[in-house]
Amino acid sequence: MTINGWIQILVYCGILALLVKPLGFYMYRVFSGDRTLLSPVLVPIERGLYRLAGTSEKEEQHWAVYAAGMLLFNLAGFLVLYALQRLQGALPYNPAGMTAVEPGLAFNTAVSFVTNTNWQNYGGESTMSYLVQMAGLTVQNFVSAATGVAIAIALIRGFARASGKSIGNFWVDLTRCMLYVLLPLCIVLTLVYVWLGIPQTLGPYVDATTLEGAKQTIALGPVASQIAIKMLGTNGGGFFNANAAHPFENPDAISNLIQMLSIFAIGAALTNVFGRMVGSERQGWAILASMGVLFLVGVAVCYWAEAAGNPLVHALGIDGGNMEGKETRFGIAASALFAVITTAASCGAVNAMHDSFTALGGMIPLINMQLGEVIVGGVGAGFYGILMFVVVAVFVAGLMVGRTPEYLGKKIEAKEVKMAMLAILCLPLAMLIFTAIAVVLPSAVASMANGGPHGFAEVLYAYTSAAANNGSAFGGLSGNTPWYNITLGIGMLMGRFLVIIPALAIAGSLAAKKTVPASAGTFPTDGMLFVGLLVGVIIIVGGLTFFPSLAVGPIVEHLAMIHGQTF
Amino acid sequence: MSQSKSASIMDARILVPAIGGAFRKLDPRTLVKNPVMFVVAVVSLLTTVLFVRDLVTGGGDLGFTLQIIIWLWFTVLFANFAEAVAEGRGKAQADSLRKARTETQAKLLNNGDRTKFKLVPGTSLKVGDVVLVEAGDIIPSDGEVIEGVASVNEAAITGESAPVIRESGGDRSAVTGGTQVLSDWIRVRISAASGQTFLDRMISLVEGAERQKTPNEIALNILLVGMTLIFVLATATIPSFASYSGGYIPVTILVALFVTLIPTTIGALLSAIGIAGMDRLVRFNVLAMSGRAVEAAGDVDTLLLDKTGTITLGNRQATEFRPVTGVTEQELADAAQLASLADETPEGRSIVVLAKEKYGIRARDMATLHATFVPFTAQTRMSGVDIDGSSVRKGAVDAVLAHVNQATVAAHGTRPTGDAIRYLQAVADEIAKAGGTPLAVERDGRLLGVVHLKDIVKGGIAERFAELRKMGIRTVMITGDNPLTAAAIAAEAGVDDFLAQATPENKLSLIREEQAKGKLVAMCGDGTNDAPALAQADVGVAMNTGTVAAREAGNMVDLDSDPTKLIEIVEIGKALLMTRGSLTTFSIANDVAKYFAIIPAMFAVFYVAPGQSTGPLQALNIMHLATPQSAILSAIIFNALIIIALIPLSLKGVKYRAIGAGSLLTRNLLIYGLGGIIVPFAGIKAIELIVTALGLA
Repeated sequence: MTINGWIQILVYCGILALLVKPLGFYMYRVFSGDRTLLSPVLVPIERGLYRLAGTSEKEEQHWAVYAAGMLLFNLAGFLVLYALQRLQGALPYNPAGMTAVEPGLAFNTAVSFVTNTNWQNYGGESTMSYLVQMAGLTVQNFVSAATGVAIAIALIRGFARASGKSIGNFWVDLTRCMLYVLLPLCIVLTLVYVWLGIPQTLGPYVDATTLEGAKQTIALGPVASQIAIKMLGTNGGGFFNANAAHPFENPDAISNLIQMLSIFAIGAALTNVFGRMVGSERQGWAILASMGVLFLVGVAVCYWAEAAGNPLVHALGIDGGNMEGKETRFGIAASALFAVITTAASCGAVNAMHDSFTALGGMIPLINMQLGEVIVGGVGAGFYGILMFVVVAVFVAGLMVGRTPEYLGKKIEAKEVKMAMLAILCLPLAMLIFTAIAVVLPSAVASMANGGPHGFAEVLYAYTSAAANNGSAFGGLSGNTPWYNITLGIGMLMGRFLVIIPALAIAGSLAAKKTVPASAGTFPTDGMLFVGLLVGVIIIVGGLTFFPSLAVGPIVEHLAMIHGQTF
Repeated sequence: MSQSKSASIMDARILVPAIGGAFRKLDPRTLVKNPVMFVVAVVSLLTTVLFVRDLVTGGGDLGFTLQIIIWLWFTVLFANFAEAVAEGRGKAQADSLRKARTETQAKLLNNGDRTKFKLVPGTSLKVGDVVLVEAGDIIPSDGEVIEGVASVNEAAITGESAPVIRESGGDRSAVTGGTQVLSDWIRVRISAASGQTFLDRMISLVEGAERQKTPNEIALNILLVGMTLIFVLATATIPSFASYSGGYIPVTILVALFVTLIPTTIGALLSAIGIAGMDRLVRFNVLAMSGRAVEAAGDVDTLLLDKTGTITLGNRQATEFRPVTGVTEQELADAAQLASLADETPEGRSIVVLAKEKYGIRARDMATLHATFVPFTAQTRMSGVDIDGSSVRKGAVDAVLAHVNQATVAAHGTRPTGDAIRYLQAVADEIAKAGGTPLAVERDGRLLGVVHLKDIVKGGIAERFAELRKMGIRTVMITGDNPLTAAAIAAEAGVDDFLAQATPENKLSLIREEQAKGKLVAMCGDGTNDAPALAQADVGVAMNTGTVAAREAGNMVDLDSDPTKLIEIVEIGKALLMTRGSLTTFSIANDVAKYFAIIPAMFAVFYVAPGQSTGPLQALNIMHLATPQSAILSAIIFNALIIIALIPLSLKGVKYRAIGAGSLLTRNLLIYGLGGIIVPFAGIKAIELIVTALGLA
């Protein structure tokens, strides 16, 4: 580890912390329906859209109606994206002449983009036409992110409202997120990326002649616009197969920093929106602090493991950290930092190959996802995810102060506990069960590039990434087989909707409750004690669930490496 | 029922029957009520069946498997035992109560006639029947005294041997079946049919027969089931992981891991904690009609406390005589004493005492004075005497003023002079501001002055309220006094707020207001007019001395009729919730050490490098447990024994301390969270040393 490396990490954290308040304030006003800087331009468009859709910002929805709207919208998105892929050969904007995507892959990809996962069992430049990339994938990049934010806002309303029947209007929340938050920020980011040299063209691929005289086809496309939303919306699906390691997606240190910041920006700001909506910004800071603790520990371990390198390689006389699979223009610190950010948030973009990380370095991204992507997390998804843990933490701790547990004046009772446990349960269900089947299924084992614990980690990582809606791949696993296309798709659906629906149910149940005023008998949820408690609960619940699987994966690999044992 | 029954936890009379109870509770119909322990029983049964199969076919390492199975069953039995012990303590009380419910003969009266009765068995009485109970008789069933006064021995219920007075009218009219009339006679209208009397309800409550899961218990059970499911996933996937890694894990080992991971500790003790919470109240001579009420007590935000008897000593005392101009103190004292001669209230008696001590006025006999007593009524709000055409009255200042006004106008056609009235009102205000009660005295339409009655605030009560404030509970004093008097006493006692000139209606609306703000309200009351408020309050504690209506409306009954107990009731409720939370935390924290015991043992044979005896995961064996068998066996033994070790704590409860929620949480997190991580490391290692020394594994 170097001072320079740590400065990079701290500069990142510092800038992010500065972004939280202004962005939080802006989003708070947007979702409260207050005037903002962009209102003069956007309000007429917003109103027009509501008229078209036959709704209005005054219309409020019961949680079940909200959930039904969200499900229908996502189903429609899935069908359109599936159809676009299957029919791309007959559709325009296809200069490279891509043919129809086969059904299994099309299903997997459609689910993947609708659930904000962006797991890619394909290489973008060799599979998808410009039309599919723009009208299919990029559109889902936007709306899947907006869906996540809408759900988070609805859940926040559950805490903020008292004795209410409704939790907002899905269509309004979705529209506002798109119009006021995602689109303006993406336009700015796209321009910045173009300025930094990222291509933005509808022209065909370019042929170049190398020094050796060989012909090389250089893939281009509307890259900058997709990168903007891919990071901001924590989608992570690369335009190119190499994702953010590709120089056209992520040319230099500045673009790398901006991309890392935009991954966390909305997720971190949502904690501030939460604080403002419930009437105490400190409540939001406490949650962000819990995320921050888990994040920094992850970064420290990952950076340390990568910087320490592999003793077996050192024995061959090659000093230094582990540079395998990393871009020299980013180096170890920025690669480790990127890996932790992209897996803490459910982004899944990669600027280095996680498969090539050391056992412990690669375990951190795995753990980040297994904890349910609650360390800032996917836009919206991370926030409603961590609130599920908050419910459990507050329930147990609340009892210990001798009261029926309550959070922000809302009593946490059987219904909330049930829903939170359902949401927490569905992740290990998808991650562990599918992994358990895959590692003994001969056809699935055949897809692994490595044997031993590393091969195990590849499969575990794949299902973990899918269920956590991350989308990053450990690499090494050839996922484009019917088995993986289908099961990973199911994992993504479980990890997305089996968390969203309980979260909305909690929102509905909480909104209907009275708000109990805080007293000296209620324990404060805006201090270090709460931060420690929440971190403890997340680690213990996550750790207990996944310890056996980590033990036979990265942990045994690491221990074996120390003893000089390879596989 | 009082202190004598605080049976020690280690009482053999409870423990021995509880062992039998532990086996009886293996009945699946009983077990299924406790999901976590039911799951343990199911997997224990599974391993037992597999063991029998192996016994027949001759599998390997049967001795070790047998030991695991034995300890699995012990885990279930220990949980049953905990519940049986908790119930056993209630049973002991129920038995002593049953002795009171002996067959009685009732003297059933025909309507109207108070002397003619026929003897019928007590069990045949119907609601509405009127019975005569005379000295020496056992009161046959619950009821209300409709005529007469008697001293009653209620020791059977309260454990208090000093007799209490029960009389018709007023707030002391309820009598309880099974108690005994010591002197005089009363006529009682029966209010409970046989089998539904207070005593019957008490018996079923302390026995836990009617126990239903409380809302918080249900929520906690959901959490525990959720945790269990998570560990189903964690363990059920291991065989596949093991197979991939080139190993094999026997079912017994998997079951051992699973049982140690699922929250068996809290699962085993949960119902014992609930029963013990009710039991603690009973020991405290408070009967909760439901477990829900006990939980609600822990959540109380606002306490409504009656001033009299709770905050102040039951009776106000006369401390000075303040005559108006032109009247001597002696004259005022004389009149006040006359008016109070026949007044049996503590206030009246204190006036007589003060007149004697300060002015040497001796007690006079009403009969020789030819005086007739005019008792206090709610309409006149005055009492006094009439002597030979002369009248003396004392009472509330405004009532006496109105009376004087009327008398003067009637006699002279003029109103009384303003000076005396102004002076009287000034003095009255001054007394009221100081927290006293002014009592105006007049004779034949002439204002004489004011008696200063002072409320004596109970010693130490201000500290109790400060403690409640630290618990986050707001105290509201309820009093019939005027706002001035109320404010002064409120300030002296240190309550947060007060409701002056309280009527049943504004008491009820105060409760509703607080509840609308999302607060939980507790109150106690005894009179019939308290019934609506008692029913509305989240925790309504009725005094045992109170009326039948009050007792029916409340969800708790205080057998000692001590309103200060509300504070302890809140603490007991809090202790109940805290015990649950603390043991849940402890139970889950324990899993860390158990993983470190079992995972290395299970996975030790994976990826063994050439020339090595164990695989790389042996490095996780940080407790240096000798063999995989000894590690697994000691983990499962620890898991079972910790249940037994925690029975006393779950019965006694984690003590509530009024140190603020944050500090309390820190403290409990350190003890049960951090302690829960550390203790099993030490415990498993210690057990393993014994297991290895004995050669068990």
